[in-house]
Amino acid sequence: MPKTCLPLGRDLHHHPHHHAHRRGHAHADVPPDPALRTKALESLLTEMGLVDPAAIDAWVEAYESKIGPRRGAQVVARAWVDAAFKARLLQDATRAIEPFGFLGREAQHIVVLENTPAIHNLVVCTLCSCYPWGLLGLPPRWYKAAPYRARSVIDPRGVLGEFGLVLGDEVEVRVWDSTAEIRYLVLPERPAGTEELSEEELAGLVTRDAMIGIAKVEKGRTA
Amino acid sequence: MTQHSHAHDHDHDLAHHHDIHSELPSDPALRVKALESLLTEKGLVDPAAIDAWIEVYESKIGPRNGAKVVAKAWVDPAYKERLLRDGSNAIHELDFHGRQGQHIVAVENTPDVHNLVVCTLCSCYPLSVLGLPPAWYKSAPYRSRAVIDPRGVLKEFGLELPDHVKIRVWDSTAEIRYLVLPERPAGTERLSEEQLAALVTRDSMIGVGKVAAK
Amino acid sequence: MNGVHDMGGMHGHGPVAPEDEKHEPLWHAPWEARMLGITRSMTFPKGFNIDRFRHIRELMPPHLYLARSYYDHWYAVCVAALLNGGLATKDEIKSGHAAAGSAKRNDAARADQVWASQKSQGVFTRKVETPPLFAIGQRVRARNINPTEHTRVPRYVRGKVGVVQLHHGGHVFPDTNAHLQGEAPQHLYTVVFSARELWGEDASARDEICADLWESYLDPA
Repeated sequence: MPKTCLPLGRDLHHHPHHHAHRRGHAHADVPPDPALRTKALESLLTEMGLVDPAAIDAWVEAYESKIGPRRGAQVVARAWVDAAFKARLLQDATRAIEPFGFLGREAQHIVVLENTPAIHNLVVCTLCSCYPWGLLGLPPRWYKAAPYRARSVIDPRGVLGEFGLVLGDEVEVRVWDSTAEIRYLVLPERPAGTEELSEEELAGLVTRDAMIGIAKVEKGRTA
Repeated sequence: MTQHSHAHDHDHDLAHHHDIHSELPSDPALRVKALESLLTEKGLVDPAAIDAWIEVYESKIGPRNGAKVVAKAWVDPAYKERLLRDGSNAIHELDFHGRQGQHIVAVENTPDVHNLVVCTLCSCYPLSVLGLPPAWYKSAPYRSRAVIDPRGVLKEFGLELPDHVKIRVWDSTAEIRYLVLPERPAGTERLSEEQLAALVTRDSMIGVGKVAAK
Repeated sequence: MNGVHDMGGMHGHGPVAPEDEKHEPLWHAPWEARMLGITRSMTFPKGFNIDRFRHIRELMPPHLYLARSYYDHWYAVCVAALLNGGLATKDEIKSGHAAAGSAKRNDAARADQVWASQKSQGVFTRKVETPPLFAIGQRVRARNINPTEHTRVPRYVRGKVGVVQLHHGGHVFPDTNAHLQGEAPQHLYTVVFSARELWGEDASARDEICADLWESYLDPA
């Protein structure tokens, strides 16, 4: 039996002589703790010259301090204060966002969806976990988990309820399943009573969750 | 929430699987042993009854039952006619009806039609005529692929059917249990019913094999 | 419910890899035999039935359903039934012993009842007063229903058109029976679907798939 074989789950413990062979998977032979596995992989790749540890650090740094939901929040706040920008954003988001310098990996083809009192947009990726990384940073864990991926399309109101967002029956819920390379960003409704706030202050209110569509932006809460 | 959640709300003691499995040993041998001890102590099971059930499947109910049905149908055209018309009653004549075998439909393989039985939703199987299902019958690969790629699955059993043969897959979604009546192999004209029964394999009665003359 | 148990048509589970019939053991480990015997003879909560058993199996966390073997599913169902029905506690399941001072019952099935149980159980036909809505040979469409509770209409036939092949009379309806809402028997039909109707033009032009479907799963087509 070749070393690269992953036994079929159901008979894992009973008759190892009948393992089915699955190309490219070697999970049975490595430690279950992902910390150990990841460490061993990094050491190996470094030794082989297949990865530069400094590059790994730089990527971590990028997502820890540079690429995050504050980017999307800036776009949203601009749209709230600048009607011409908002029109361009809804018409061709990729071009409208380009000057911000936020385009890049997982954010090259952007479509912005406007929430209104009548329409609420919600973004999911049922097939994997596609997400506008360049605008929102790393996807939250629940976005990549089976419950959200499975239920957003069949029971969006139930899912929103779990996030504390109950929408009236008169509101149309539109779920956007990111099955291709288009990345969706929700433009939340600007909360009432924020007429006096600056663009920067407005950006401070915009949460990541509101830009995925599982929450609304609230006046009294900063993101 | 959807309208469906209401029924759940009324179904109080059908909760979920309690979050207990992560606290239990992963080895099923240990878990099952502990369960048996507990149930015995609480009077919820009689260990002698467990032994008796094991004995039933080890020595009384198995694919030899189905093989007798098939062999009888091969030698007795009137019986075959009854079997195909009303499988449950025809099998009842041979007296091994019962659990999981009460509603049996026998489906006949011919040179033009090949029948294959699966249960995509769980693992329903004609226990009373075939005994316990083989491990592969209950596994995800067979359950997922028999309906979408029956020819590919049959090839994995070494059975390659020509294109002109129609494959009919029976997904056992209700309490009807399907028994395939395989084709009688050529060259077996002189064999007795008993000798014929010995040729009939379990796999041929599920539809993943043919019966060979020897 | 749209769970991982609804496997028809899924990819990625690998080859079937059957064992040779002549050499496949009846049990792959002694505990499998014990688990079968336990499940067949233990005392379940009042009203428990096969449909409820199947539904609790479907409710297993998906990662356990896919990773654990068949009789281990039975273990999970028995444990859930005992806990849900108040017949045992978590601590008792974990320790394998009854809590101190708990009462012992004396009504478990006995060994001398096994054969009678084997022969007597499993009749699901019921009288249905209304005449069948569909006739053999009639075209029907499986309804696109997605209940979160137990159902026996596989996802791969929903919305698809087939032809009634057999009529089995009235049968206990699993969708209600699993939830202890009564047997509510309905006419049961075997419906034959062409492989192309279910899987598209790449499927064989000759092959067919039959499923047993209750009347309320079907509309005329």
